[in-house]
Amino acid sequence: MTDAATEPDKIAGPTPDNAVRAADKADSGPVLAADGTPLKRSLSRALRAQKMRALMLIAPLLIFVLVTFIAPIADMLFRSVENQIVRDTLPRTVEALVDYDAASAELPRDEVFEAAYYDVFYAAERKLHTRLGTRLNYEQTGASSLFRKSGRGLDDIGEVYQDQFEDLDENWDEARPWAELMGDPDWIAAQDAWDGNGTMPAFELRSGISEILPRTSESYSIFARFMQTEEGDSPLEEEPWTVVHTALYQDLAEGDVAGYTGPRADMLQAADALVASPDFETISFRDGFEEIDEDWVQPEIWQTIKTYSPAYTSGYFLNSIDMQKTPEGPALRDEDERIYGLLFQRTMFMSLVITFSCILLGYPVAYLLSNLPMRTANLLMILVLLPFWTSLLVRTSAWKVMLQQQGVINDVLVWLGMVADDGRLVMINNQFGTIVAMTHILLPFMILPMYSVMSTIPPSYVRAAKSLGATNWTTFWRVYFPQSVPGIGAGSILVFILSIGYYITPEIVGGTSGIFISNRIAYHISSSLNWGLAAALGTILLVVVLLLYWAYDRIVGIDNVKLGG
Amino acid sequence: MKLSKTLLATSALTVAAAGAYAAGHGMADSMTLVSWGGAYQSSQQKAYVEPYIAMNDGVSATWDESSAEAVAKLRAMNEAGNITWDLVDVVAADAIRLCDEGLALEVDHDELLAAAPDGTDASDDFGDLIVSDCFIPQIVYSTTFGYRTDMVPEGVEPPSDICSVFDLETYPGKRALEKRPINNMEWALLCDGVAKEDVYDVLETDEGQDQALAKLDTIKDEVIWWSAGADTPQLLADGEIFMGSTYNGRLFSVIEEQDQPVGMMWDAQVFDLDGWIIPAGLPEDRLARVKDFVRFATDTQRLADQAKYISYGPARASSAPLVSTHADLGIEMAPHMPTDPNNAANTFLYNYEFWADYRDDIDAKFQAWLAQ
Repeated sequence: MTDAATEPDKIAGPTPDNAVRAADKADSGPVLAADGTPLKRSLSRALRAQKMRALMLIAPLLIFVLVTFIAPIADMLFRSVENQIVRDTLPRTVEALVDYDAASAELPRDEVFEAAYYDVFYAAERKLHTRLGTRLNYEQTGASSLFRKSGRGLDDIGEVYQDQFEDLDENWDEARPWAELMGDPDWIAAQDAWDGNGTMPAFELRSGISEILPRTSESYSIFARFMQTEEGDSPLEEEPWTVVHTALYQDLAEGDVAGYTGPRADMLQAADALVASPDFETISFRDGFEEIDEDWVQPEIWQTIKTYSPAYTSGYFLNSIDMQKTPEGPALRDEDERIYGLLFQRTMFMSLVITFSCILLGYPVAYLLSNLPMRTANLLMILVLLPFWTSLLVRTSAWKVMLQQQGVINDVLVWLGMVADDGRLVMINNQFGTIVAMTHILLPFMILPMYSVMSTIPPSYVRAAKSLGATNWTTFWRVYFPQSVPGIGAGSILVFILSIGYYITPEIVGGTSGIFISNRIAYHISSSLNWGLAAALGTILLVVVLLLYWAYDRIVGIDNVKLGG
Repeated sequence: MKLSKTLLATSALTVAAAGAYAAGHGMADSMTLVSWGGAYQSSQQKAYVEPYIAMNDGVSATWDESSAEAVAKLRAMNEAGNITWDLVDVVAADAIRLCDEGLALEVDHDELLAAAPDGTDASDDFGDLIVSDCFIPQIVYSTTFGYRTDMVPEGVEPPSDICSVFDLETYPGKRALEKRPINNMEWALLCDGVAKEDVYDVLETDEGQDQALAKLDTIKDEVIWWSAGADTPQLLADGEIFMGSTYNGRLFSVIEEQDQPVGMMWDAQVFDLDGWIIPAGLPEDRLARVKDFVRFATDTQRLADQAKYISYGPARASSAPLVSTHADLGIEMAPHMPTDPNNAANTFLYNYEFWADYRDDIDAKFQAWLAQ
């Protein structure tokens, strides 16, 4: 009985069947769709439209998750390699240090001290030097106060020159003459006319001045622009920083201003003569730094700056596996400073123990729940959920009351005479306390997926097994248990991943031997402010979890995980 | 319909009125203050905020109990460009860090704060307690020890020497110490024969740090490590420990307000400061309001008033003579102040500069030692 309409070759014209046959007969060339376009393209077009429609439907959720979840996490994790602060704060120093060999344990060239003088001075004006000090202090103890001191101390170098120029001519300590020397006349006129409203006319260097006084021009421009944008003050009314005087001295000592004829030429040439005279007092940058703090003339600080000068660093990751960056390359930390390896291992081990205790305690409960009559099961279910609705802190604190040495359990044991009064058990502020409290807290996450899987196992299978002569144990082990495994899998993944990232409960009941890696992450986020290290630790934790998940998928198969019927 | 219209109109009016009020004074009419919660925050509420609100109609203040994470949160707010706090109560070490990071506003103390009643400038009245350009001191508190009076062995004097913390033979029982190196390392060295003036010179060296940890090792098995100020009072009240360190105000409330058998041991107490910082980058109207409030809240009388509610010493020299009796208990507060001459025979001042440099380094060692 063949339907005429679909019988081969009975219908002429563009049907899908005919198109395929035609293509087959043609032997060469692509398979064509009914409308003559290649089948592949037409199919993928149809599929694309379908995919687009599906994508449009989930787009709101996708964007929401991307913006509020993925992006912040990615941003945070990115900090584990980010290290622009050194390069941004000390650009000249980093450049001058390019050919410095950190492993040589020598002091860098004088040019590096010069570059550092200008960098730290500008950073101090922008109040960035202490931030850099905090960053470098993670790597080298003492950097914090070294930079804080130097921000103030560097004025001493410039003042040597400022005082001498000022003694020569008071105009060197005035705002206006400086502005006339350095600034473009049009800009000065515009700045004079500025009435205090709107934006100030941006400072411009007088043409030609930067050839005669290159350093001073750069330094004065930085000063003038800082005054205009950060302080909102007119450079015509602010006397320049001492660093500008240092720059002037350097320019005059090296260059020749005899041919200069612009404004304030007398003043400049007099200063040039003063610099050339043997009485002129100078101070080398290295000595200036040494006067602030002797640590500046030790190689360590320069090695640290050099080691951490790239924009991206592996330093945080090395730190989080108990290593550190040294001029000679990565090296293990001193034994008495190693902690993260131990904590990672402990976190893994204890999370596993907690997961297994949850399975042991949760399985019978889930079994009961799914096999009792509905009314009793519901009542039990509420008992399971009740702690779930109680605050985490309350539950943890309750365990404190239960487990401490003067607590409920010890009191009962002493009263029963099972434990001597002076031999009360230590059950809290150690691993035991953490495992007990966390098992209790995470138990519902184990019971609920188990229950939802078990409640879908048809009781007829068990009855069938029994009617065929299986014992109770065989029935359970060969028939019931294998069907409940997906529930165990789902519960275990939930509990394990939750416990690996827990930190409140270990913090409260963990003492010293029961704390997790998350406690250190929290410490670095909120107390030490070493966010880079926290991000590196977090990244490692995330990667470890993903690896375990992958391994689980390979061994058990993620298809065998069920959260519900 | 009618009702909702009326409501809308009313709220629009209120908003307009509030706006006009704020514009008229150039000050915002609400503030978010950040503090530590508990008895300390309520002492601030009673001593500063309630009188201020009574004087300034229409101003409201909200509390946020986030001082413990203030540095991290302010940094996050700064990065997000949305500062929601107006005034933050922090310990001095955090104020220095916030100032270093550019997250706190640098202030001119003489210009911002009220002079003492006798005309002394604020900066002289606060004196050395202004440890940072951003820091507006409020109180002096100390970290010191409390012990169970009923657990002192018979025939033994109650502990009065810091080294009794390390003396398990004379004073058996558990101790509670803070889960960080600061203070503990100093005490350990002091009881290991290092002279008080040499403590920080010794602690700078690796050998000194090892020496301090070795001393702490002798009592490590008997120590419960705390991380919240409320832990030690609770452990003392439960009888879990014989002695433990915490903030002196917490011990005062255990002893006087809760009437527990607990005694104070003031020896080698470590002074620390607590005060306000103004976050950097506040809009002008909110900044104006906060400045007005801070000027009021840190004047001589207000700081003295705070001592009615909690046993922390006012940071102004001129406030000390005005300290009176406890608001509820009626007892004299002066003898309970850490700065009282009877209590301050042997004291430390938290060494801000040292710990700013060595905190990361020593903490790594300390935590590794703890985890062993």
